[in-house]
Amino acid sequence: MTALSLQGDLWMGEQPLIRNLLLDMPTGQCSCLLGASGIGKSTIARLVAGLDGSHHLDGTLRASDNLPLAGRVALMAQGGQLLPWADLVQNVTIGAKLRGERPDTARARALLAQVGLEGLEHRRPAQLSGGQCQRVALARVLIEDRPIVVLDEPFSALDTLTRLAMQDLAAQLLMGRTVILITHDPLEAIRLSDRAWRLSPDGAEPIVLPGSPTPRDYRAPQVLGAQAALLARLQQDMT
Amino acid sequence: MSALNFGIVRALLAGVVAITLWQVLVWATDIPHFILPGPARVALSLWTNAPLLWEHAQFTLFNLLTGMAAGISLGIVTALNLALSPGARLLLRPMLVFAQAVPVFALAPILTLWLGYGAASKTVIVMLVIYFPITSSYFDGLMRLPAPLTDLAQQMQASPIRRLYLLQIPHARPALFSGLRLAVVYAPFAVIIGEWVGSSRGLGYLMLMANGRGQTDLMFAALMVLAAMSLILFGLVERLAKERGPV
Repeated sequence: MTALSLQGDLWMGEQPLIRNLLLDMPTGQCSCLLGASGIGKSTIARLVAGLDGSHHLDGTLRASDNLPLAGRVALMAQGGQLLPWADLVQNVTIGAKLRGERPDTARARALLAQVGLEGLEHRRPAQLSGGQCQRVALARVLIEDRPIVVLDEPFSALDTLTRLAMQDLAAQLLMGRTVILITHDPLEAIRLSDRAWRLSPDGAEPIVLPGSPTPRDYRAPQVLGAQAALLARLQQDMT
Repeated sequence: MSALNFGIVRALLAGVVAITLWQVLVWATDIPHFILPGPARVALSLWTNAPLLWEHAQFTLFNLLTGMAAGISLGIVTALNLALSPGARLLLRPMLVFAQAVPVFALAPILTLWLGYGAASKTVIVMLVIYFPITSSYFDGLMRLPAPLTDLAQQMQASPIRRLYLLQIPHARPALFSGLRLAVVYAPFAVIIGEWVGSSRGLGYLMLMANGRGQTDLMFAALMVLAAMSLILFGLVERLAKERGPV
């Protein structure tokens, strides 16, 4: 299994984004990065996923086994990763096809059933709701079966109840993987993460989380307390 | 009533209105029939000259179809190559822009000089005229892969050819259809210009000949046949776009 550590200064072109980052993201746990929009959260997602961009890290991004990260990270983003012209099975198996491998359609069907889309395999994304689309994206992440999963605000476009349901589903299905969750939603951070940081241009400040196992009940007093404290902290940043 | 039937009814209605207005204009102004023949006269000419029109229409249609087939395939191949190879983009794109600045219609006399009065010069004119709209709209579509899908390709370590085949080509299908729509509009222009410049057959030739002989009704009849041809082509592309086009 793979833990990740990221340290150094993050740059966007000539502009410093975040200085003195020091993130230790443990194996098989969910590490959450929280912060205002534009702070550089998605840039970290792209950095870890190895995607192109004008960002660069003046520092190190390392897996605990010292092997390169390429091919070991799956990314799930806010939306738009589904192919509008393809049905759900094809959408889930696109990774294999893009690599020139034989797509495992049986496994794609099984995973679609697991994310609650049984019977909809022949639909296209336009015939699904926003929450269902993110279920397809989740099934695609699962079929890739990579040890590290980056979730870049995956549920931010969903309504509150759908979002809660998707958080539970993701927590259940991604258990055991090293997950990096990027979000601006304090409740999401507190429900799902084992470790969490609040990002600011000066670095990453650890967030105090309840001790209970994830996904945490949004009604639990500790969760509500932590959410209130975090909101207050974020509000301080604004002023 | 289905949308298709409704469309046909509307088109027929518009046609009836246009023909009525035309007939009224002819009656009201008493224009001599060699200037503007009425619809009845044109219809009669269509009927009596049917074998002649059919013979020339075949030639024009053949040139239209071969020219379109050549222009469309060449355009698609060029766009795919441009999308796949940065080197080709570097070399070909300025040439395309330059070539687009040359009014292809103006080349018609030269092409006739080089290729003669037969089908070849018309085919080439049609091909050249539709080549640019097809190439540029398809190429644009291929290059405008949305950022999340570009990321997907990179994340899945897709080779350029698989990325093209699995993501760019399906994504660019609507763009290809907008190129095709332009092509069906331009192609009939091009074939007629080609036949006007130099031909011994075809509807363009027939129109010139009829004009010279003062057979304005025959000119109009040829025009009608050409319009019908264009409409059928346009309808075919629209239908294909409806079935295959969106997403």
